[in-house]
Amino acid sequence: MRLYLDFEKPVAEIEAKIEELRQVSSNEDSINISEELTRLEVKAAKALAELYAALTPWQKTQVARHPQRPHFSDYCRSLMTDFTPLAGDRAFGEDEAIVGGLGRFRGRSICLIGQEKGSDIDSRIKHNFGMARPEGYRKAVRLMELADRFDLPVVSLVDTAGAFPGIEAEERGQAEAIARSTQTCLELGVPNVAAIIGEGGSGGAIAIATANSVIMLEHSIYSVISPEGAASILWRDPARAQDAATNMKITAQDLLRFAIIDTVVAEPAGGAHRDPDAAIAAMGDAVADALHGFDGWSREQVKAARADKFLAIGRR
Amino acid sequence: MSWINNVVPPKIRSFLITKKDTPENLWVKCPDSGQLVFHKDLENNLFVVPGSDFHMKMDARTRLATTFDEGRWDEIAVGEVLSDPLRFRDEKRYVDKLKEARTKTGLNDAVKLGSGHIDGRDAVVAVQTFDFMGGSLGMAAGEAIVTGAEHALKLKAPFILFAASGGARMHEGMFSLMQMPRTTVAVNRLKRAGLPYIVVLTNPTTGGVTASYAMLGDIHIAEPGALIGFAGPRVIEQTVREKLPEGFQRAEYLQEHGMVDMVVHRRDMRATLARLCGLLMDRRPVAAQLPAAAE
Repeated sequence: MRLYLDFEKPVAEIEAKIEELRQVSSNEDSINISEELTRLEVKAAKALAELYAALTPWQKTQVARHPQRPHFSDYCRSLMTDFTPLAGDRAFGEDEAIVGGLGRFRGRSICLIGQEKGSDIDSRIKHNFGMARPEGYRKAVRLMELADRFDLPVVSLVDTAGAFPGIEAEERGQAEAIARSTQTCLELGVPNVAAIIGEGGSGGAIAIATANSVIMLEHSIYSVISPEGAASILWRDPARAQDAATNMKITAQDLLRFAIIDTVVAEPAGGAHRDPDAAIAAMGDAVADALHGFDGWSREQVKAARADKFLAIGRR
Repeated sequence: MSWINNVVPPKIRSFLITKKDTPENLWVKCPDSGQLVFHKDLENNLFVVPGSDFHMKMDARTRLATTFDEGRWDEIAVGEVLSDPLRFRDEKRYVDKLKEARTKTGLNDAVKLGSGHIDGRDAVVAVQTFDFMGGSLGMAAGEAIVTGAEHALKLKAPFILFAASGGARMHEGMFSLMQMPRTTVAVNRLKRAGLPYIVVLTNPTTGGVTASYAMLGDIHIAEPGALIGFAGPRVIEQTVREKLPEGFQRAEYLQEHGMVDMVVHRRDMRATLARLCGLLMDRRPVAAQLPAAAE
């Protein structure tokens, strides 16, 4: 079942008609119906292309959070071979909001980490909707340090509304865990590449997105605070999330213009959820290109380039 | 105060702002005990309420003056950053809000830098002011931390930070979030150079500031009663829908949970910082002194 977002209603209507006609045509083979079908399909494709060419920041937020958008596990399944998940922070527990492990990406051994939001009730609860606790970030630190020792590049797939705001998370040092993870990213002598595949939410994202190369999918978002959070703090009115989304410039296109990210990867017509395989393959190519860019670099060069890149942001 | 109302969640707000139902600059009401204190007495007591020991906010200049020898320090200039790249506006333009905050506080942005001596040793001190747009971390504050650390590297001196912040400056969007890695680059450079980085967490320090440079110190000191955390209490309450434990996210609670080394009263702050800098920087043995015999 395809899920439609509010603003996709015009497309939904045409596609519902197409579906109806298909039912009919399977019963009685008629030339007229097939012509009508073709006409409607063209119309639907055109409407979809027009909608997605002019998405507002708030609409992009909805697309980025689309429940059928491909998640970490989908990328991992299609892009990796020999993937071996590793678990635990060696101090307190295993946080499945962040998944990580070793595997081969296009033949090359790498460390892959990222947030998994889950795709049904059970898996969403298991992964805490992609909102990590301190253990998740401490596991990320452990895996990044492991990768660094064995000279394996690190790829992170970022998809989180943010770090989990809870009592135990605070007790166990959520802030410190995030800070330490960002610090570890900056100390890696191996190249790291971060791909924002859905939501890049605040500190919970930057903790694994402080990378030599930061890539965003065309309709993903990356933000200092969720639009709802900003609206609630600035205007005490979460309903003004649309205004906050527009004001904060959270789209891939804006962030590329500001040189805060390095690359934008185009999504299939109608967004990644319409053709997950194509979206994943395109992101795979972009990650491979980014990694190749650091072939032959020394550890010191990799580290210095990363630090200098972030220092240059916002400077006159 | 209107911007505070906009930026700071009510729980923190009520903790920070006392209603001015007393003539300005004459009597101050203790937010904790409610007792009235003569402003001069407060000033003479490092803005700690005599009796209740409540640590009130302290302006950046006073903080610098009470930290350095003889109250003398030199200002360190911070480079220019982009001005309102988002063209952010709500009911007011961000640039106008900035102007107001500058007029109100006499500061250029939330972080002020000073260099001078502490017990005769060079030191660089950064002070974050909550009164400047909630001490929020934007490009200018981030640049100040980077500049302060660079200055400490040049002087081969310790870098001391007095943190106070509600978190990110939303008006700068992702430029604000980018200050987390930027300031961390600065901290890493101090670390590599073997220079002490001491963080003093004051009331309140939350959000992106704790999730970056304020939690990466070699030593973490907190002022008594300071609210310190990642998420604000209101957000947590809304998420978990249960009452927060007594003393949650206060300095003493953080010490119990292993996040800070010590909770230090303001009257002992300068001596504590001086001793720590001495222990970390002066590695040559000094003339042996026997500890005073225990009574």
